[in-house]
Amino acid sequence: MIVDIIITGLINGSSYALLAIGFSLIFGVARIVNIAHTAFYMVASYCIYTAFHKFHLNPVLAMLGAVVVTTIIGIVTYKIFIQPIREHEAVVLIATIALAIALQESMMLIFTGEFLSVPPLVAGYTTILGVKIFYQHLVTFASVLVILMGLHLFLEKTKLGLAIRATAQDREVANLMGMNEARLATVTVAVSVALAAFTGSVIAPLSIVEPFMWLHPLIMMMAVVVLGGLGSIKGSFYAAYILGFAESIIVFTLPMGSFLKGSVALSIMILVLLIRPEGLFGIAFEEER
Amino acid sequence: MIRYWFRKLFIILKNEILVLPSRVAVLLFVVTLLGLPLITHDAYLLRVLTLTSIFALFAASWDLLSGFTGQINFGHALFFGMGAYTSAILNKSLHLVPWGSIPLGALAAVLAGLVIGIPCLRLKGTYLALTTLAFPIILLGIVFAFPDLTGGELGISGIERLARSRMANYYICVVVMLVLCFAMWKITDSNMGIIFHAIREDELAVKAAGINTTRYKLMAFCLSGLFAGIAGGLYAHFMRIAGPSTLEVGLSFQVVIWSIFGGVVTIWGPVGAVFFLFPLLEFFRLWPQLRMLMFALVILVFLLYMPEGIFPWLRDKLEHECPRCKVRNNAARKVCRVCSADMH
Repeated sequence: MIVDIIITGLINGSSYALLAIGFSLIFGVARIVNIAHTAFYMVASYCIYTAFHKFHLNPVLAMLGAVVVTTIIGIVTYKIFIQPIREHEAVVLIATIALAIALQESMMLIFTGEFLSVPPLVAGYTTILGVKIFYQHLVTFASVLVILMGLHLFLEKTKLGLAIRATAQDREVANLMGMNEARLATVTVAVSVALAAFTGSVIAPLSIVEPFMWLHPLIMMMAVVVLGGLGSIKGSFYAAYILGFAESIIVFTLPMGSFLKGSVALSIMILVLLIRPEGLFGIAFEEER
Repeated sequence: MIRYWFRKLFIILKNEILVLPSRVAVLLFVVTLLGLPLITHDAYLLRVLTLTSIFALFAASWDLLSGFTGQINFGHALFFGMGAYTSAILNKSLHLVPWGSIPLGALAAVLAGLVIGIPCLRLKGTYLALTTLAFPIILLGIVFAFPDLTGGELGISGIERLARSRMANYYICVVVMLVLCFAMWKITDSNMGIIFHAIREDELAVKAAGINTTRYKLMAFCLSGLFAGIAGGLYAHFMRIAGPSTLEVGLSFQVVIWSIFGGVVTIWGPVGAVFFLFPLLEFFRLWPQLRMLMFALVILVFLLYMPEGIFPWLRDKLEHECPRCKVRNNAARKVCRVCSADMH
């Protein structure tokens, strides 16, 4: 049971961390509360399903293809629907909700609402303390860590990363320093959608692929972002694992656990916010100019 | 005497209402809504319009809180579900008539507003929006965990009807909606409404003026909860079921879509938007597969061209503000109707 809890917690936590960091990035740079973020995660899962079953690609290629296709969809929808109304924050909010519904319904039309499954990247399992651990779990966890490291290096060491962080801190001054804010926003959207797509393609083999699979991760992702502090990547990382483990502990120990997992995790978030209104690692934002 | 009042009414109609297209539209809307059952008895149409009225009240209550004070609430379904479940439970177990259970349900929603308002008002902006999303989901988890009281996934069914006949149902919902929306509009026009506006624009300045903003924000939460709770109670008694769908994330998102689509900070915007979008969604049932997709695309396309909401956009096309005295005028007029200044 303890091994079960640890495995589920790590996997859930990793996927929430990736999603939340993507969401944070897009919020920080473009000030978009992107409800459609996890919808791209769902789209990527469907892409990888298509790649496997229609085109019979090998798993790694299928994953790469899914990420690329989803990122292109993300950029195109951003350019058409979101960019022209960027100044109206409330409107962007419902535009992303509508976008998420549109993506969900498109997938429903193409693939019907059936529960689909994707074979794992790496088949087989090993046994630790009498619990089956699929290699897919290990691969998922390892790849998430690699991506997180890569993202950290990208944000800290490259010029583009510096520009993204600068814009997140202060849009106007970044603009005055000659950073092309609109282009940067597009790049950030691409990075963030790619992160969502990557999460979708590594999680797809471990879960069921269906058009409504984006709702639960959406809520947990938002909880993670708030708990960790908006705009803090370190915060999102820790908060994701806190909530991931909270969920898995509830599921495995309480009788009605699977119903209550969301409630308990969200209650933890609210309790923390009562003590620290800016989240675990957040800095209280100064008023935007 | 009667002639005097009649004359006065006529003068008001002529000088105050018929001069502005938007006022004429509101008058026509109210008259149509009240007179429609005299023309048609189509059960389906009446049912759709009754539901539309309930959701219009719900959307307007979101506007009162989130539009006016700027405290974006992503979990507005909490109030709706709280009202629906409370009146359902009261009706089912205590056999309370709808006239008793709906107000008590609304009271429960007000309490919910207090409970979430007190911790949440320490948060600002996006933090608040994302946190409020959590509350209906927590309540939904509790509903699923105690199926004996709440009926679990099936919900509570077999609730007493609002009234015997379909017509009576229709009139109750429509009149309640019209009266309460008018009340909300009056609230936003009052002193309190002005403070709500000010809190949205600059909370610090309001604080500096010696106004306890937390109290007013809490007041907004409670008022909004009250109206949304009434909508929830009406819904439970009209549909005769209070199920988990009243607490879902989908409903919370739906109300945000309705309100922003219709134009926030107006009260009439969200009401109009529901009367446009809800029947539209019903109309799209002709193509059941494409229904939600078309709905989403309609919203995306409309927003591209009217980012401040469709009704404010429409109003700005039909009416212009007088540059001197700021009174609104019919767009066709050359001179202002009050101060006769040149309109251009």
